[in-house]
Amino acid sequence: MPDAAIVRVTCTINGRRTVLEGHPIERLLDALRHAGLTGTKEGCGEGECGACGVLVDGELVNSCLMPLAHVEGRAVTTIEGVASDETLHAVQAAFVDCGGAQCGICTPGMVLAAYDLLSRNQDPSDEDIRVALAGNLCRCTGYQRIFASVLEACRRSGR
Amino acid sequence: MIPLDRYELVTPRTLSEALEELAAFPGSRPLAGGTDLMVALEAGTLAAGRYVSLLGCPELRGIDVTSDGVSLGALTTYTEIRRSRVLQSDYPMLIAAASETGGVATQNRGTVGGNIANASPAADTPPALLAYDASLELMSSEGTRMVPYVHFHRGYKKTDLQPGELIARIHLPRRSLSRASRDYYRKVGTRRAQAISKVCFAGTIRLEGDRVQDVRIALGSVAPTAVRATRAEAALQGNALTPAALAAAEEALVSEIAPIDDIRSTALYRTRVACNLLREFLGDHE
Amino acid sequence: MFDAPQIGRSVPRKEGHAKVTGQALYVDDVMPPGVLHGATVRSPVARGRITDIRFDPAIRWDEFVVVTAADVPGTNAVQLIMNDQPYLASGVVNHPEEPVVLLAHPDRARADDARRHVTIEIEPLPAVFTIDDSLTKREIVWGDDNIFKSYSVSKGTVDDAFAGAALVVEGVYETGAQEQLYIEPNGMLAVAGPGHGVTVWGSMQCPYYIHKALAGLFDLPLDRVRVVQMETGGGFGGKEEYPSMIAGHAALLAWKSGRPVKMIYGRSEDMAATTKRHPSRTRHRTAIDRQGRLVAMDIDFTIDGGAYCTLSPVVLSRGTIHAAGPYSCPNVRVRARAVATNAPPHGAFRGFGAPQSLFALERHMDTVAHAAGLTPDEFRRRNFVRPGDTLAVGQTIHEPVNMGALLDRALALSNYRAKRERFARENPGSVVKKGIGLATFMHGAGFTGSGEVHLASSVAVEAARDGTVRVLTSSTEIGQGTNTVFSQIASDALGIDAADVDVVQPDTAVVPDSGPTVASRTCMVVGRLVELAALAVKHALIDAGLLRVVYTRAEFQAACERYVDRFGTLRETSRYTPPPGLRWDDEKYVGDAYGTYGWAAYVAEVSVDTRTWEVRVEDFVAVQEVGKVINPTLATGQIEGGVAQGIGWALYEDVVWREGRMANAQMTNYIVPTSMDLPSIRVHFEEVPYPNGPGGAKGIGELPMDGPAPAIFNAVANATGVDATRLPLTPERLMEQMEASIA
Repeated sequence: MPDAAIVRVTCTINGRRTVLEGHPIERLLDALRHAGLTGTKEGCGEGECGACGVLVDGELVNSCLMPLAHVEGRAVTTIEGVASDETLHAVQAAFVDCGGAQCGICTPGMVLAAYDLLSRNQDPSDEDIRVALAGNLCRCTGYQRIFASVLEACRRSGR
Repeated sequence: MIPLDRYELVTPRTLSEALEELAAFPGSRPLAGGTDLMVALEAGTLAAGRYVSLLGCPELRGIDVTSDGVSLGALTTYTEIRRSRVLQSDYPMLIAAASETGGVATQNRGTVGGNIANASPAADTPPALLAYDASLELMSSEGTRMVPYVHFHRGYKKTDLQPGELIARIHLPRRSLSRASRDYYRKVGTRRAQAISKVCFAGTIRLEGDRVQDVRIALGSVAPTAVRATRAEAALQGNALTPAALAAAEEALVSEIAPIDDIRSTALYRTRVACNLLREFLGDHE
Repeated sequence: MFDAPQIGRSVPRKEGHAKVTGQALYVDDVMPPGVLHGATVRSPVARGRITDIRFDPAIRWDEFVVVTAADVPGTNAVQLIMNDQPYLASGVVNHPEEPVVLLAHPDRARADDARRHVTIEIEPLPAVFTIDDSLTKREIVWGDDNIFKSYSVSKGTVDDAFAGAALVVEGVYETGAQEQLYIEPNGMLAVAGPGHGVTVWGSMQCPYYIHKALAGLFDLPLDRVRVVQMETGGGFGGKEEYPSMIAGHAALLAWKSGRPVKMIYGRSEDMAATTKRHPSRTRHRTAIDRQGRLVAMDIDFTIDGGAYCTLSPVVLSRGTIHAAGPYSCPNVRVRARAVATNAPPHGAFRGFGAPQSLFALERHMDTVAHAAGLTPDEFRRRNFVRPGDTLAVGQTIHEPVNMGALLDRALALSNYRAKRERFARENPGSVVKKGIGLATFMHGAGFTGSGEVHLASSVAVEAARDGTVRVLTSSTEIGQGTNTVFSQIASDALGIDAADVDVVQPDTAVVPDSGPTVASRTCMVVGRLVELAALAVKHALIDAGLLRVVYTRAEFQAACERYVDRFGTLRETSRYTPPPGLRWDDEKYVGDAYGTYGWAAYVAEVSVDTRTWEVRVEDFVAVQEVGKVINPTLATGQIEGGVAQGIGWALYEDVVWREGRMANAQMTNYIVPTSMDLPSIRVHFEEVPYPNGPGGAKGIGELPMDGPAPAIFNAVANATGVDATRLPLTPERLMEQMEASIA
């Protein structure tokens, strides 16, 4: 690609100031994965499955639909940034204990969607959980163990 | 996708910069939240060329309440719509439509202006905007004009946008609501969430006594554009909601929609459901 | 002393930590330096003769690697059953999306884009798109007669039995294709060359299938081919046989270029070009006596295999054997065939023929019940197979099956009778009608008949000097819990902790061939081999005088250390031997089809909105007897996930075909249920230990696929009075049926 087409976008990724290089219309998903953050997955490329979910300034987005240029000056959280050092976040630990992950490919996006929900609503109802996760497709679990994991994460977080 | 070097994406900081870009480079296209265009990018169907990102333009944001009503910046996201108190109380069909569009992630990025400009006949918000008598403020480097939304869509994926123009704001006239007012919005999709609609119905009605004082009906997915069902409205206006009136409204509705068979549904299904939703809207509990 | 037994406990998933942190490595997460990206140019038409392949001069082709059929070093046919499917079409194409040309380029976008600049000129030939068209044989598109395989199973004297029957009920049932839609698309990474041989890493269920396939493609001895499974994001059968194709493609590009090649399918490509569940049509003719007992069943079962044979004979086999279900009937005939059409070949998908034939059966049983004036449950109760009865293929059931008890449990948990009464009362005045329906069924675990004997699976367990243990099998973890379940089995056999057991990544250079990860065999058959090999390790230590019969973890570690120091490697291999007393005749297709069956009763409650004809599943109860549950959370997860796929298949997942191509090959348009579409799925296990399974376990992976669709259709019939017979039951189809029944 001609050098003129490449931009350098400064953002924060998982708390660390990062410069992502790429074409401005390049999908954030690809920019993240090329930077070694392969935890964010591509399931469909159409914004339907949610496997590419990340947080941008605390809001859940499908990184397959976000151009790199739009992340300038913003804070991105990927699955790699959810755990603190070696300690799993309550959501992640609950997913492990309650069977929320089977094949695991939807799990990063699903964890971020749950994390996003709990950051806005610490005591979600069953319906709240279903609505919050409606943009994340899972083919393995039928969602049941995922709901159980989210509820368990709430319970452990002291609700 | 096609090689990215066939695209240019510029990121103006103000609306006037953006309008200058659009004027200076005819054929350049605005990019808002990306929830439509980026899908095309990945599919290899996004036309090569110059794109102007609008997200840096603060003038296109915000929900403003005025004495005339409410104006939404074109970059208002579905999440912002859902969180707006004034829209919740006075324009609940927009809340319903925004809640039905994709999931949380799509709603955080999808914009009402982008949705209108994309001009899909199956979009969820247009029927609500039609029923609320919305008008669009269109801007170019030459100036501003207002277009009633009902005249904006000219045909399948054809809008009234002129070269260099973009949708700046969506204006909703003030509503005079009473206890006899009712808003009804229902989307029938392929599933409960993340679904493209097969039929989308938005209706507002105000009765005086037992007579229809005011009625607006709009539908999506039953024609090349979202439609105002003016004939059905006329059949109801001033009448009591008798079985005969309902039947007449239904017949009128059928005459002004043109649903098709496509990979999601059939013309017959769409017609039947549109009529059933009309009856549900009018409170027919048969 | 011994740690507490692991079997029966919900031990957390072994690779769970890696999965929830994004550290688990799927094939597209690996980016080797210098890798090229592969892309496939595919046939635009269903059938025809290739007359030319043109490369647009606007593209700099010298930057690309280009491979066609002419570049195949060995045999251009995927080694499977009939070896009729080419890796790359040569001369003719037989289905839309058939691969013709392979391209590779360092830039993925350029590789993808270049596909649009290769034109394959094809002189079309008449194509066949339906089962009926294929059966007319107006156009022969495969072999001599369009028939991949047929079976004929006969028990008793069916025609005589019909002659004297009190009541005969007929029905025809159809099921559509279903896309597996694993959220990780197919992907492979290959390194290959005449010097090195071929190594592939990727998303797969069956490393040894690919191993054999690549050896044939490149004409290499088996020890020059290596296949390594990476973390795999779902399979459901869709990565059973298909990966041989994409692995072959990536390897061909690698072989020609001398560079590593990664090939990852886009979602739309994966949906359109790879295998799906076989569409089916079943005709039932059933005779009952005045007491509502089955006297004769005449079943005609046809599946659409698409353009090449792939696994159709085996899918047909399983569908045939399950066609008469868990019922005792003295006279049964099943005539079955798999036919060729010009669609992309259909293949393995969870259930593998049984969901199709059981859908027809369980729908039909309700219709028969109704004709006999009996309730759905009472009719079934009068006909359930009992210990000592024989199934249609002549298998005598020795295990203590109690279908009546399972059904009772399901009816109680779902509040079936009370709801049925309530719905009958409330529906007439209601716009939203409610209904409740059931299905009772079984699913054979393991390969059919002598299949397991032919597989001759083996497993190795190795104890290291430090007392940690490695389990070596070719069974893959694809989300179902292989790694965790094997750790539990091995650690119980050895009396150590599951954390001390490492299940080795399936790599054909390292692990023995334990057979494919399919057919609900992984826990039951391979797990049993794991158990035996682990026990052999223990006995080796005991026999060497290094370990007493009862020991602590520290003593085990010490014994391993002494053994390894004295004798070298401590590794034991177990090999499959069939359970005693199983008899199967491959020629007559008679005998003990499966070592054991899972047995189940499912109940679905639905609501039908008569304004929109949308059907929603409001509640679902799944009761099954599965031997011993090794890991309750994992087992429950399997049932819940299978039920969800069954609900999708029944109501939402419609493959729209246009000229043999899937027209709705996008996630936007191929509808799988979201979290908002599924009810609570309530799972209950009955445990009757199966003596030949590890800890008593039976196979369960596919069982949950068989029940939901017929239970839902039966519920819709209860709600609306409409007997739908074609799946999926989309709102459009239900509307058509309901309006027809009013007219």
